[in-house]
Amino acid sequence: MDFIRITKRDDIPRKKEIIITIIAVAASIAFAGIILMIFGLNPLYIFKEIIMGSVGTELRIKQTIVKAVPLIITSLGIIVAFKMKFWNIGAEGQITMGALGATWVALNLSPDTPQALMLVLMMVAAAICGGIWAFIPAIFKAKLGTNETIFTLMMNYVAIKFVTYLQYGPWIDPAAGGFPRIATFSENAVLPSLGGVHIGWIVAIIATVAVFFFMNYTKTGYEIAVVGESVETARYAGMNISKVIVVAMLVSGGLCGITGMIQASAIEKTLVFGIANGYGFTAIITAWLSKLNAGYTLVICVLFAMLVQGGEYIQIALGVPSAVSDIVQGLILFFVLGSEFFMRYRVHIGRNKAKEVA
Amino acid sequence: MVAFLAACIVAGTPLVFATLGELITEKSGSMNLGVEGMMLMGAAMGFLAGLNTSSPLLALAAAAAAGAGGALIFGVLTVSLRANQVVCGLTLTIFGTGFAQFVGEPLLGSSAPSEITSFFSKVSIPVLGDIPVIGPIFFQQDVFVYLGYVVCGLAAVYMYKTRIGMNLKALGENNAAADASGINVNLYKYVHILIGGAFCGLGGAYLSLVRMPIWQENIVNGRGWIAVALVIFVAWNPIKGFFGAVLFGGLSILGLKLQAMGFGVSQYLVDMIPYVATILIVIFSTYKKRKESQPPGDLGNNYFREER
Repeated sequence: MDFIRITKRDDIPRKKEIIITIIAVAASIAFAGIILMIFGLNPLYIFKEIIMGSVGTELRIKQTIVKAVPLIITSLGIIVAFKMKFWNIGAEGQITMGALGATWVALNLSPDTPQALMLVLMMVAAAICGGIWAFIPAIFKAKLGTNETIFTLMMNYVAIKFVTYLQYGPWIDPAAGGFPRIATFSENAVLPSLGGVHIGWIVAIIATVAVFFFMNYTKTGYEIAVVGESVETARYAGMNISKVIVVAMLVSGGLCGITGMIQASAIEKTLVFGIANGYGFTAIITAWLSKLNAGYTLVICVLFAMLVQGGEYIQIALGVPSAVSDIVQGLILFFVLGSEFFMRYRVHIGRNKAKEVA
Repeated sequence: MVAFLAACIVAGTPLVFATLGELITEKSGSMNLGVEGMMLMGAAMGFLAGLNTSSPLLALAAAAAAGAGGALIFGVLTVSLRANQVVCGLTLTIFGTGFAQFVGEPLLGSSAPSEITSFFSKVSIPVLGDIPVIGPIFFQQDVFVYLGYVVCGLAAVYMYKTRIGMNLKALGENNAAADASGINVNLYKYVHILIGGAFCGLGGAYLSLVRMPIWQENIVNGRGWIAVALVIFVAWNPIKGFFGAVLFGGLSILGLKLQAMGFGVSQYLVDMIPYVATILIVIFSTYKKRKESQPPGDLGNNYFREER
């Protein structure tokens, strides 16, 4: 008889699931603390400063929300794709292309266009461009079975290089005196503020509710989940799998595109090649941690935005690399991924006498 | 032209190691998408060790250990804890990127010590280096490049001519059948995931120690992902892997070459070529389904004996 035996659990009580997750997160933070100590930093002090840097003052809370907005909307986009087991890691490029679409509208419409109309058109253009960027890998996956992981990822680099090309070439602002930047948006193309933060936060909340409804209460949402569970089942049930893949990816890329519009309009007020700023990758972590549930994502993304904002704060205030927060993010996901094992399997340690008799 | 081809080999060497690393990992049935992260960890730790010890061998050892360390995380999560391979690999990339930034922040802009750069300067191999055309391209390189030739050759012999290599192939094709024939599935997986990670770490170290021996952020710049695609392109064959990597190395320096030759193309558009080419490869490899260019049958599946 083995000393350690593993058996599959039939199901796990909700309470136990939550306890395991909490233990995993606590363990990951403890582990991050050990790494900090190895590098000669006081972990308790760093963690305290990360929290203070993210919610310590009203201004910092606002900055945390500003960082949560792109994370939430991108996460929602990734959830739609991941639910289908379509590994869309091209959010970074879809954000970039969305920003490009929004910028094209902002720079080509008359600055006198009414603000509401301008912003809506920018958002539509962004969703279309982000959607197209996701559609390309989706159609190849649907028709040929092309590996989407590498395809979507490579599309990131193509998008970023393309925007770099525009920024240094055809779209360069002649008024910038040779400096490689694209013209700043007119006032009507900038998202207004509400409660001290740009209204992207309202978009994020609306998107959360919409995706929650879409995934749980619509036929397409259900079909996406079935395709994710088993392509054979979906085929047997007579679903048009190609169509489901394409629709899901249009929604996924469209949401990421909207993130790009918000970042271009409210944060940069123009298009820069680094507009996506890694949000497309962080959102993969938040999407997975929220167990691909649109409701949980809101909470997880705010917590992660605190880590990002806190990480930037400690870089400025203490000179500690902001990459600390990247490491903590990675560790949290590692531990949560590992902890899922203990939800699916039961581990018996020690000799089991009853079994030996049998 | 000869000079350009020689430069292709230099540009391709990080890809040679990374492609080989991922290839070995995938042969065992595990798909580790953390290549980019492991390369960054290897690049950072190799550079850090080189800077502090001035010993090229210790730098290489540190890089390989860092890559294997990243791979160990992946191994524990996917082999022992049976977590989703795709998500674990992605997380490893995010973690490795953060790790390299954290370790590398104080090193920004510092250059590798002269002991290291001189150790990795070009050495012509006697006789072979004097062959016209082939000599200057292949045999007037640095020792790291030669190490790449050696490991590719050894990997091919290992995979096609040894018993363990055959077992590895069987395991990748069908976990359960390999288990039934007495192969220690978990041990094989761990060993090859770790070796693969070490090679990825070395690939990163070539960038930070030889190719551009001044530490800079994001030094790997997507090469890890190109390596993942290259494994598909070269149909899991280490010898083809070498030439595929050199081809892509060439594509990555084509922009500079064209500009130097006076073509008026934007550098940023030419920079897209390796990425677009990777996309085309992925499409074509799925389009023509030749029998010998298929992935290992159990690639990406975790194995749990009791769950068959």
